[in-house]
Amino acid sequence: MSEFLAMGGYARYVWPSIGLFVGLLLWMALSARSHHRRALTRLRSVERGAA
Amino acid sequence: MNALTRTFHRWGSPPTFYRFAGRALPWLGWPALLLLLHGLYAGLVQAPADYQQGDGFRIIYVHVPAAWLSLFIYTSMAVAGVIALVWRMKVAEVYLRDAALAGAGFTAVALASGMLWGQPMWGTWWVWDARLTSELILLFLYLGVLALDQALPEPRQAARACAILAIVGVINVPIVHYSVEWWNTLHQGSSLSRFEKPAMPASMYVPLLEVALGTMLFYGWFVLARMRGSILLRERRQSWARAVAMEGA
Repeated sequence: MSEFLAMGGYARYVWPSIGLFVGLLLWMALSARSHHRRALTRLRSVERGAA
Repeated sequence: MNALTRTFHRWGSPPTFYRFAGRALPWLGWPALLLLLHGLYAGLVQAPADYQQGDGFRIIYVHVPAAWLSLFIYTSMAVAGVIALVWRMKVAEVYLRDAALAGAGFTAVALASGMLWGQPMWGTWWVWDARLTSELILLFLYLGVLALDQALPEPRQAARACAILAIVGVINVPIVHYSVEWWNTLHQGSSLSRFEKPAMPASMYVPLLEVALGTMLFYGWFVLARMRGSILLRERRQSWARAVAMEGA
């Protein structure tokens, strides 16, 4: 395991790259879901205000 | 109006697109997740180390998909820009802004992971060669689209400005792609070519293709999911959008 994590001496270059990529995908997933939820919440509050 | 034109305009209608996107999301999201997990596992764990670059080569499993997506997304934005200017479709206008968010992210990751690869392999974080410089210009183009969208308060006016920048800026896409052939660059040539046998064994390039396809599907999931929210906000005065919000769909 420690050999795998060491990445043949390139760990300080490989893992930050993987982290940036996975971090971007996670941010995209959370952002897409929260954007849609915020839109629904905003429309509902406008509708309830109008009612 | 022929069938093709009718179909084109039907998909450009916000309520039709909203419903279609909702149905398409699981068909994009789950395959994307499986491909990404398996591709990254195969690339980081199972693929053999490169005989020259050792385990440092594994950065390509995130660098190459991010770089491919950065070019693909900008090209798709230019197509959406033409549709937005010619047919004034709201769906295309919404796509421009939401795609630019992902495009800027993938371009930034391609540049950062390239720098993290360049330091151990070239001995420098950055060189002003044609590939790196044109990719940096691509990042500025994405940021320009996002800035224009924020700067102009009227959505249709902002979308027109973004469309023009997307169309003008697409000239940079072939420059990024062919820069390694047109100029003598420090950056290596294409990792995979459509017309040539891959220079690496299948155990190395199959995981790369899996991650690339998974990233593409994930981008499709992201942009559709985000566009659903953006379309609802743009159409908030329309009865269909209000009905959707009250149904909780």
